[in-house]
Amino acid sequence: MGSSSSRLDRVPGAKDLMEETGFSETNILCLYDRFEVLDREERGYLRLEDFEAIQQLAVNPIGDRIIGAFVFPGRETLDFPSFVRVLAHFRPTDTTWSRSGSQPEPANSRTRKLRFAFSLYDQDGDGKISRAELTEMLQAMLGMQVTDEQLQSIVGRAIQEADLDRDGAISFDEFKKSVEKVDIDHKMSTRFLR
Amino acid sequence: AGTKCVTSVLVLLLFCNPGNCEIQESKPAASTVVPGVKPYHNEANEPQAFPDPEQGSLPVFTMDYPRIQVPFEFTLWVLLASFAKIGFHIYHKITIWIPESCLLIAIGLIVGAIMHSVKEEPPAVLSSNVFFLYMLPPIVLDNGYFMPTRPFFENIGTVLWYAVVGTLWNSIGIGISLFTICQFEVFGLQDINLQENLMFASIISAVDPVAALNVFEDIGVNEQMYIVIFGEGLFNDAVTVVLYSMFTFMADMPTVESSDVFLGVARFFVVGVGGVLFGLLFGFVAAFTTRFTHNVRQIEPLFVFMYSYLAYLVAELFAISSILIIVCAITMKYYVEENVSQRSCTTIRHVVKVLATISETLIFFFLGVITITTEHEWNWAYILFTLLFAFIWRGLGILVLTQIINPFRTIHFNFKDQFGLAYGGLRGAICFALAFTLPDNINRKNLFVTASIAIIIFTVFIQGISIRPIVEYINIRRTNKDMNTINVEIHTRVMEHLICGVEDLCGQWSHYYWKDKFKKFNDRVLRRILLRDNRAQSSIVSLYKKLELQNAIDLLDTPMGDLSAAPSIISLHDEKKEASRPKKKFLAKDVRKMHDILSKNMYKIRQKTLAYTNKYNLPDESQNREILIRRHASIRRSLRPGSCRELPSQNIPRSQKYFSLQPGGDLESAFVLRRRSHGGSSDVDRLSARLQMSGVSPRSSSRSLIPLKRLNTIEETRSTQNQPATSPSPVVDVVDEMDLGAFGGSSLRGRKGPVPAPRRHSSNRVKDDEEEDGRVPPRGWTPEEDDNRGNPLLRFPSQRSGGPGGS
Repeated sequence: MGSSSSRLDRVPGAKDLMEETGFSETNILCLYDRFEVLDREERGYLRLEDFEAIQQLAVNPIGDRIIGAFVFPGRETLDFPSFVRVLAHFRPTDTTWSRSGSQPEPANSRTRKLRFAFSLYDQDGDGKISRAELTEMLQAMLGMQVTDEQLQSIVGRAIQEADLDRDGAISFDEFKKSVEKVDIDHKMSTRFLR
Repeated sequence: AGTKCVTSVLVLLLFCNPGNCEIQESKPAASTVVPGVKPYHNEANEPQAFPDPEQGSLPVFTMDYPRIQVPFEFTLWVLLASFAKIGFHIYHKITIWIPESCLLIAIGLIVGAIMHSVKEEPPAVLSSNVFFLYMLPPIVLDNGYFMPTRPFFENIGTVLWYAVVGTLWNSIGIGISLFTICQFEVFGLQDINLQENLMFASIISAVDPVAALNVFEDIGVNEQMYIVIFGEGLFNDAVTVVLYSMFTFMADMPTVESSDVFLGVARFFVVGVGGVLFGLLFGFVAAFTTRFTHNVRQIEPLFVFMYSYLAYLVAELFAISSILIIVCAITMKYYVEENVSQRSCTTIRHVVKVLATISETLIFFFLGVITITTEHEWNWAYILFTLLFAFIWRGLGILVLTQIINPFRTIHFNFKDQFGLAYGGLRGAICFALAFTLPDNINRKNLFVTASIAIIIFTVFIQGISIRPIVEYINIRRTNKDMNTINVEIHTRVMEHLICGVEDLCGQWSHYYWKDKFKKFNDRVLRRILLRDNRAQSSIVSLYKKLELQNAIDLLDTPMGDLSAAPSIISLHDEKKEASRPKKKFLAKDVRKMHDILSKNMYKIRQKTLAYTNKYNLPDESQNREILIRRHASIRRSLRPGSCRELPSQNIPRSQKYFSLQPGGDLESAFVLRRRSHGGSSDVDRLSARLQMSGVSPRSSSRSLIPLKRLNTIEETRSTQNQPATSPSPVVDVVDEMDLGAFGGSSLRGRKGPVPAPRRHSSNRVKDDEEEDGRVPPRGWTPEEDDNRGNPLLRFPSQRSGGPGGS
């Protein structure tokens, strides 16, 4: 892209963001364009309504949770660096990063991705997925033909499987353990953000 | 039993079906095999049933078959094919393994065999004019009308690339290869020159991906693949027809010079661009006309058909092409569907599908019949090489084309996708029709016909039936289900939804610039002109509006008691009980059952459910219903206070709830019923009275009904009588033809409509909301509503079974 360096100047703090998140220049620019499109009133930050106006998110079963994970509770707005930082979770994992390095863990490491997913369940932020939270999540995702009895037994079974310390809730480590066989990199990365 | 019934009906019909049926000419049949009765013509041309010796007496019973013969036989053919279709669908399993085209051809073959054995001639119906003027337009209109526009435009480059360049590649490749084969003396094919080969090749390049789509839909193919297959299938029909006419013209010419080739290319562009322009023109005119049809609703569908047919005929006039109708249909659809009433919309869709199905069915049918009954010229070499080359060139073509286009796409096609694309290239109806209607001055016409029939039958039967096992085989990446724990299954699905949501958040980058520009142009110019009722609606609001209306009408069709459509009221009761259930041991079979439940009931992520699955069916609206059901469920849950989390930044006025009345009902009767049903004062009754609008006792929650809820939207411009701008006003949206006098035509207004998150209500706010509404009742809404709302909501079961912590 010819004039990319000057275009990059449009984006505040682009270089630092690139360092921090590992996005390429193209990505940052694309994300900035997208940010501007979403930010219809050109305020420089995004608010909840801007997210809610995205039609496809509206019909996503967990759309509201996703939005909640972007716009952190307690804060009303989302500026561009935060936007990018959250999206950085969804980059495909870098194979070159080594765990024992001195750098802070990148956003798209397996653990960080899992933490993001965990936060979708754990709405009250207590670090555990309670039975109620799991039930709610499942309810959002299931169709109408599941009776409550079935739902409860599924939730019960899920907790039984994962809850190793028998406290009736799933902590982050238990969560991590329960999905250890899943290819998180594949499941939680999006091709757009390569 | 079904097939026996079908076959016996077939045989019966066949024997009642006398010989030469000619739609073109209306000559009465010379020799009829109608058992028993012979039409007998006297001088006045009044046929009589019995050779009546006395001239003057009044015949008691007459039968004039030749008069009705032509339409009668046409109807019988169509009816026959339709019976066959009914028969197929009785056995669901058949249609899974065998594509519908196979079955139609098979029936045609059977009928042809029967006819051949009784030495009947097949009806000489399929002439060039009949095909191009009557049979092809519905197919093309159908293709255009049901093209999924958003994915299409997002992938338009790829689709056109495969359709146009791919077809060209195939035609020229196959044509030249066959020509080289013809050069060998041993095959005895030397009289076929290059033009004829090219012409034949262009005929057999048109692929018809219906069977492939069926298979992929079940396995789950991503949207990109889907739209490429679908779009390619549509557009290469058009390209084929263009090439065909070009090559037939050239085949007539004794010599072809290079200038002719150049002219051919130029013509191709003229045809293409001209087609698109004409299509747009007619589309806009049709859209504009429907702007004024709100008083003549009954004939609204007529406009769509007449305009598209007119467009088609104009295209034939200028020998442009049927690409035109696709563009016309796409343009038309977008605006027309906003202008016409819901019923007209449904009518149009149904009729388009019906016409297209008739056309295609008849063509396949004839294929089967004619296979048996015409004389074939079979040349092993030519036919085998045709098959071989068709296969090779398609595979190569897909490979090469994909390599070239992949870098330009955000989502690349991997080898599995490419294999699916290549192998799924079955030939279809158009191929046969074009071959059959070749002008007679082409020598070796019979050979071409035979070869095309051979390739169609081969691809449809062999490839069509085998594609499913092969795709399933190469797609097995799934781990054994039993090894997945419930946790994994849930979490992976959550992650899939999450990624889907994030990708939606990121949007499609590459085309955004043009899309945005077009959208601005559309909003500012086009919509103002072409739409009757152009209010700036938030897309979400309009989406939900459409969904609700659609659901309302759909529910009329489903038999009462359809549980799946209604939020289950019973579950409210049971949740309380469930809270105290002790943990129990889960047997293995329970776990398996859970897996089953999960896999069947979890919402599929957006990309995997495709609205337009099967060319023979109407678009599948089940995803819409899922969305609606979810909305209703979450609204229902939100009506219980104390069960929700609050996000302090949420504002009630931004909420949206739904207001829908059962269509066809009028307000008075609805209220009578409500009063009657509002028996007990228990909470569940309260809820069900609110939610149910039929004369059913509130306890039988299994009735499927539209919950009666309020549709609140924020108004941009407030009408004077209402509250200050921040509070929501109840706005009722009613379809025009729902003749509810009390509700005027007030329609939705919305700001950038935020998605309702009713679960974020707190009890206080719900109360406020309702009270506000109470103050401004919608017109015609009786005060009854006032009394019954408000506080009872607070009497709801306040706890859901999920207490904190474990149970």
